[in-house]
Amino acid sequence: MNHRVRAGLSFAVMAVLLAFVGFSQSWSVALAILNLCLISSIMALGVNIQWGYAGLFNVGIMGFAALGGAAAVIVSKAPVTEAWRAGGGYLLVALLVSIGTLAAVVFLHRRLPRGPATALAITMTIVAGYFAARFFYEPGVSAIEAVNPAKTGYLGGLGLPIILSWAVGGVFAAGAAWIVGRVALGLRSDYFAIATLGISEIIIALMKHEDWLTRGVKNVTGLPRPVPYEVDLQSSEWFISMIESLNGGALSTLSGDARADALHKLVIDGSSIFVKLCYAGLFLAVLALILGLSMRALHSPWGRMMRAIRDNEIAASAMGKNVTARHRQVFIIGSAVVGIAGAMLTTLDGQFTPGTYHPLRFTFLIWVMVIVGGSGNNLGSVLGAFVIWFFWIEAEPLGLWLIDTGTAWMDEDSALRNHLLESAQHMRLLTMGVILLLVMRFSPGGILPETVRHTKSDAKPPD
Amino acid sequence: MTFLTEPLNALILLANFVLMPALSYGSQLALGALGVTLIFGILRFANFAHGEIMAFGTMVTILVTWGLQSFGVSLGPLPTALLAMPVGIVATALFCVVTDRVVYRYYRDRKSPPVVLVIASVGVMFIMNGIVRFIIGPDDQRFADGERFIVKARDFKELTGMSEGLTIKVSQGLTICVAVMLVIALFWFLQKTRTGKAMRAFSDNEDLALLSGINPDRVVLVTWIIAASLATIAGTLYGLDKSFKPFTYFQLLLPIFAAAIVGGIGQPIGAIVGGYVVAFSEVMLTYAYKKFLVYLLPESWQPETLVQLLSTDYKFAVSFLILVVVLLIRPTGIFRGKVL
Repeated sequence: MNHRVRAGLSFAVMAVLLAFVGFSQSWSVALAILNLCLISSIMALGVNIQWGYAGLFNVGIMGFAALGGAAAVIVSKAPVTEAWRAGGGYLLVALLVSIGTLAAVVFLHRRLPRGPATALAITMTIVAGYFAARFFYEPGVSAIEAVNPAKTGYLGGLGLPIILSWAVGGVFAAGAAWIVGRVALGLRSDYFAIATLGISEIIIALMKHEDWLTRGVKNVTGLPRPVPYEVDLQSSEWFISMIESLNGGALSTLSGDARADALHKLVIDGSSIFVKLCYAGLFLAVLALILGLSMRALHSPWGRMMRAIRDNEIAASAMGKNVTARHRQVFIIGSAVVGIAGAMLTTLDGQFTPGTYHPLRFTFLIWVMVIVGGSGNNLGSVLGAFVIWFFWIEAEPLGLWLIDTGTAWMDEDSALRNHLLESAQHMRLLTMGVILLLVMRFSPGGILPETVRHTKSDAKPPD
Repeated sequence: MTFLTEPLNALILLANFVLMPALSYGSQLALGALGVTLIFGILRFANFAHGEIMAFGTMVTILVTWGLQSFGVSLGPLPTALLAMPVGIVATALFCVVTDRVVYRYYRDRKSPPVVLVIASVGVMFIMNGIVRFIIGPDDQRFADGERFIVKARDFKELTGMSEGLTIKVSQGLTICVAVMLVIALFWFLQKTRTGKAMRAFSDNEDLALLSGINPDRVVLVTWIIAASLATIAGTLYGLDKSFKPFTYFQLLLPIFAAAIVGGIGQPIGAIVGGYVVAFSEVMLTYAYKKFLVYLLPESWQPETLVQLLSTDYKFAVSFLILVVVLLIRPTGIFRGKVL
């Protein structure tokens, strides 16, 4: 089968599945799934850039997504001036001290000859810098967290439109990736994987416990939206008249109070769907942009170079390619894309809740998406994200239904039956594992395998 | 006598809150890291499912423990879980051998790159995670019974007349004893028995080992059984010491990897040393030294803050920092393991 046809068919099947949810459950549910599918696609694209283009095994996706989420808070929330006045100065000094220490360490490392004396000097500098920074940091933090702790207790943000945070989230994630890349790239893939796993746990720990920054586990709720609010829509003339004209047929049979009631209900349903459609539009635009850029990059000389490095590092290096530098570059780009998606996710949720970042959901599930979709193929990653997210959401009702019918012969209050019903939600982890292993084993290329364009002379017959 | 009692009190304090916890935690990490390092040495991939193997073994042990408890079986002062552990070990070993047959062997035979095996282990991790949560649920489970303490703080104070008490929990004593015995047994096995020598040869040079007639399937089988046993024991001891929660076991993966790498991955002795290095760094960096300093310093110098180098919230950062330092200074680890 031609790969274009295959891609088209797969996406058509996905659309039918979503439409089926729309008809059988509700359009609101279908659109909610669609929105998260779109965000997951962007994350999967980011991972595909790292894994599919360059063969980097990054298991710190959760951390980069959380950095994006933090960016959403920092960009969109109004600044808490009182907190800035109380402790902002201290924190700035602490920051300057840390930067100064870092600069001193780098200077010592570059200028002094290697040896035990240098190591000692560097260690002393780090220790001194750490305590100096803590000296300013601690009073600052306690002053900030004392400012109205029930509502703020943090520095707040910049009070800018939240949509800007999508770019900022990318920048944050890219910065973190740069640091990790400096340390862990250039070693074997397992090592890199463990290092990224570590950094993501640390980022989550920071988000959970640095209350002055994003309120920690107290969460930041009520983030401003880039799209209208349902309540505003329900009271605006143009929206009501739009719903009225869309449902003209159904409403014409009713009159008087019954008509007003029916219209009111339609307006409420419609407003929620309208908001979700607005989000879907925004996400689709970002996805299209990133997908377009990724496709171009993949087919450019740069993309060919990346694939050459992925397929044979030694040969590429012999051809004069700087493997480590290219790996770092691709790692930063991919992480930035994940950061953008992370910011979008927090925007959609309207709140930043560090406690909900779980590696199985935010790191390994994205990996399943990329592998199942087809590593190295951008459209494949998007499709994988759609398929896996769809099943991740729908596996629970499906599993519940299966267990419910499977154990229907048991007593209504049988302990085993109740335990099985309660645990049905954990079946989806198992299902994901099975899907991942099956795809890896029997269809290693995924649903949409990577398509490599060969020149005429060495063209292979299609499989 | 205050010039002597004060420093002694300070030392007891450290022994109570740093030495004992770090020793037992380090032993648990060492057992876990031994499994990771053996798998890495023989099968040549970093097994991301190791935390879940620990959780799975512990889960089986807990279920059998509950069964035994309901029949009124107990070990007196020792936790009943010790009786249940063999069942856990057998079940986990079986599970690991089956996953090897069904999942890993295919890639091994095809000589796939290690990262493919790592991703396969992620798939196994998902499955085991699902099974554990499905059977026992995601919540905290306590299954320790029997005596709680070997030495109680009050008895210690009465015995010595000190104002600081030293407590040694049964779980801590047990952990350390079991770890020492297991490590001795494992080293005897690796150094003296035919199979152990075959494993070391296989880890050293696979082709040469195959040429000298070593049966690779057998080596792999034994490796999985040992790794599963160590993981179950480490997991059960950790659960007795703290409590059992599937997610905590997943998070143990990072300190365990750090321990294996610090010591030199593929080196059993390195895994043990690495386990203690990680555990002691973690406990020492997150301990609040205020009381310790109060004993030692004159009154006017006494600290006002907790004198805690790092908040306990960041204990994962310690594993990571150790990893980074090792990567930068000595990528092969303390005992010159394989260069990753």
